[in-house]
Amino acid sequence: MSRLLCLILALACGLFAAPVCAAPADTGDALLLIASGRFPDIEKGVALLARSGDARTQAIIEALRDGRLAVAADKRVVIEGANGSWSEAATGEALAEAPPSPKAVRLNNRIRRAVEAALGALTLMAPDAAARRQAAEAVFRSRDATALATLDEAIAREEVAGIRRLMGEARAAILLGDAGASDLQKIEAVDILATRADQDALALLRAAAAQGSPTVREAAEGAITAVERRLAVLSMLQNVWYGLSLGSVLLLAAIGLAITFGVMGIINMAHGEMVMIGAYTTFVIQELARTHAPGLFDWTLPLAIPMAFLVAALVGVAIERGIIRHLYGRPLETLLATWGVSLILQQTVRSLFGPTNREVGAPSYMAGAFDLGGLTITYGRLWIIVFSFAVFSALIVALKATSFGLKIRAVTQNRRMAASMGIRTSWVDTMAFALGSGIAGVAGVALSQIDNVSPNLGQSYIVDSFMVVVFGGVGNLWGTLVSALTLGIANKFLEPFAGAVLGKILLLVFLILFIQKRPRGLFALRGRAVEA
Amino acid sequence: MRNRFQKILATLATAATIALPAAGASAQDVIKVGILHSLSGTMAISETTLKDVMLMLIEEQNKKGGLLGKKLEAVVVDPASNWPLFAEKARELLTKDKVAATFGCWTSVSRKSVLPVFEELNGILFYPVQYEGEESSRNIFYTGAAPNQQAIPAVDYLMENEGVERWVLEGTDYVYPRTTNKILEAYLKAKGVKDEDISVNYTPFGHSDWQTRVADIKKFGSAGKKTAVVSTINGDANVPFYKELANQGIKATDIPVVAFSVGEEELAGIDTKPLVGHLAAWNYFQSVDTAENNDFIAKWKAFTRNDKRVTNDPMEAHVIGFSMWVKAVEKAGSTDPDAVIDALIGVSVPNLSGGYSTMMPNHHITKPVLIGEIQEDGQFSVVSQTPGLVVGDEWSDYLDGSKDLIADWRAPLSCGNFNVKTGKCGGQGPVAQ
Repeated sequence: MSRLLCLILALACGLFAAPVCAAPADTGDALLLIASGRFPDIEKGVALLARSGDARTQAIIEALRDGRLAVAADKRVVIEGANGSWSEAATGEALAEAPPSPKAVRLNNRIRRAVEAALGALTLMAPDAAARRQAAEAVFRSRDATALATLDEAIAREEVAGIRRLMGEARAAILLGDAGASDLQKIEAVDILATRADQDALALLRAAAAQGSPTVREAAEGAITAVERRLAVLSMLQNVWYGLSLGSVLLLAAIGLAITFGVMGIINMAHGEMVMIGAYTTFVIQELARTHAPGLFDWTLPLAIPMAFLVAALVGVAIERGIIRHLYGRPLETLLATWGVSLILQQTVRSLFGPTNREVGAPSYMAGAFDLGGLTITYGRLWIIVFSFAVFSALIVALKATSFGLKIRAVTQNRRMAASMGIRTSWVDTMAFALGSGIAGVAGVALSQIDNVSPNLGQSYIVDSFMVVVFGGVGNLWGTLVSALTLGIANKFLEPFAGAVLGKILLLVFLILFIQKRPRGLFALRGRAVEA
Repeated sequence: MRNRFQKILATLATAATIALPAAGASAQDVIKVGILHSLSGTMAISETTLKDVMLMLIEEQNKKGGLLGKKLEAVVVDPASNWPLFAEKARELLTKDKVAATFGCWTSVSRKSVLPVFEELNGILFYPVQYEGEESSRNIFYTGAAPNQQAIPAVDYLMENEGVERWVLEGTDYVYPRTTNKILEAYLKAKGVKDEDISVNYTPFGHSDWQTRVADIKKFGSAGKKTAVVSTINGDANVPFYKELANQGIKATDIPVVAFSVGEEELAGIDTKPLVGHLAAWNYFQSVDTAENNDFIAKWKAFTRNDKRVTNDPMEAHVIGFSMWVKAVEKAGSTDPDAVIDALIGVSVPNLSGGYSTMMPNHHITKPVLIGEIQEDGQFSVVSQTPGLVVGDEWSDYLDGSKDLIADWRAPLSCGNFNVKTGKCGGQGPVAQ
């Protein structure tokens, strides 16, 4: 009946092309509700709109989602288009002039959920595969029983196997929660969800096991144990992955220190600040890209790596030439002096950039996550792991295969002999310190992606860095690698059982005991260098 | 390079030492106001802004002709995020500079550290930050929220509007989250939430690797009941937490996170697009659209000469506290601490969200409670507001040992922890000093 009315109205609109012509009744009512500005009414309006079957529905709801739907002072509901143009929400007609003081319709989480569900049902048959996938996921989450008919039709038409499976899962999710579905349908749904076997499926199965009929309950319980077993295995793998990721962060933070402290023997308390300087360099480069070349944003991180290395290395040279050079062989004074330097650097950055956090954005290839057989792997963490191993390999090559590396090793093993062979030992010291600082700066580029870019950034890593180097064995780069990964994985296996606080304490206690037993760490250097 | 270095050293030196009295003004015709906020160290991130806002308020008051015909003078000290240093600097402000009132502290531990000093030397401290309650001192005025002015309304909102039945109480491991969570746990259980539907977890200060915790939250949220996270995570740890939430794809429509320590300042360091819809509970948001607030924001941006500076809840608390103090001094006609402390009770001043805040006899103030959702631009959109003002409840009604206590600093009672059961002053709460 109302369809017919719509049709007549639409025809009339076409005939007279009059702007006064109202949209179909449902849409008009829905827009009235949306214009009220009260959250419960807006939610009702969205639901009404979704049921109306009006052709404008999708455009209106999308505008609502994007914050482009607005209510003008004269209570008209309008949509903001590209470059400041406006159109009537109900008819889609462009407005000649901007409406008086339009106010965007506000959303809350309930409305957002309603919008997501409505759009999911509307875009199930969209031509774009990505949109269909998104729609299937939205329906899976909303479990909106009214979408069932559309879903069935969409499944029949879907050609991409992956999306069809997703739609099937969405259908199963709806059926499982639908009181009207038969037991047979529900058991079938349980089977489909059991193959999905993730947290969401588990949630649905648990809900079904709590309320279904005895046969459904039995099937659901069986599926739950199977899914739980799979998830337990997955959580082990996940712990390993998280450990690897934490280990790579520790490795990045500690690897510069492995040179300055490990190889050169300088207790450098300002090491964390080198990391911070690297992070701030990234911030500056991103700011420049934002204001001058927005298209280059994705390239800011690769660009920041050499810049951070240079900046941190230069600061390192200044510190070495200005302070540490005069304090070789006096570890206590070095410790105090570099600690002072770290405070000065922190306060300098605080004065220049302000005490608050700075935003360093993630380039597109580092945002989001993907699913690997049930494991959620975030791109950011993946890149950091790759990056830290790359830095480590580069450093190994630099020390083992270049003449500069040879000189560093010669000087640390026997300074006087190296000097008498014509090596400028003080120059090598400066360069080695610059190398360690530069690598810390590079670490800052990576850490800016996962941590605060604030003047305190370095402080949170300094203790961990020393821990890694000491545990791995001072002077041994491979030891640093093994120790960082061990500590990372051990930490992540302890955390679920002991909690983050106790886990860290347990790890520290273990380290203290270990150092008592083996004061030189996992891989102790042997030979003359140790005695020197 | 050298020149800049010297300049920085000079700024450091002025920040660390006491500001010199304005030239030509003798000690008689100025009233000194102490500002006790960390300008260096870990807490500088939050507290520096509060120092700036105080300087702005004092400058403004001086433009209006000062107070009691005298100029106000700010005495800025830097306790450097070092708790014992807070006590030392407080003593210095009270004995050496003889300040009439002090505005300061952020963390509870710093407040606990200065409390005996203010009580011993009879000073006045305005404390602007939301805290765990369980305290009421004659010499401290708490202008931030008590748990019933922030945490409990937020939980109510989630229960009523989002239908949340399962709760993750996630906090940093120190006194504020622990006490707040204890109160919330008792409150939730009183509301009929079962033990297995509450998960309490603590992480260390500055925790940056949230992978395991976020995965656990996801797991906890998959029990078939609507789940929410109540976050009392402190300052620096928030950015990595929210980044991890975004990376693992936990949206506000699935598992909403309501935070009590995340405001506009904290969000300034994050890309908020993936966080739209996560919540925060405060008594003020920058986005509140009132004439008072718009005026304040304009003044703040002009004062800092920075268009991007944001305002937040503790700043509003200082605005309220400062105008209360000014009013009380005018009422008392002097800056004598005893007279001002008595005059402060009952003083009512406009707040920035369009109402009035009143100082209650328990030294806490009345405030509206706002729930805001994070928007794409890093601001909050207010989705709920308590219909009236909420009176700060210093001793929680939900904790054994403190539910029988009240504080009333008016003449006959004059007690910060009066036990209504025994009828004696001096009943101890579980966390009181």
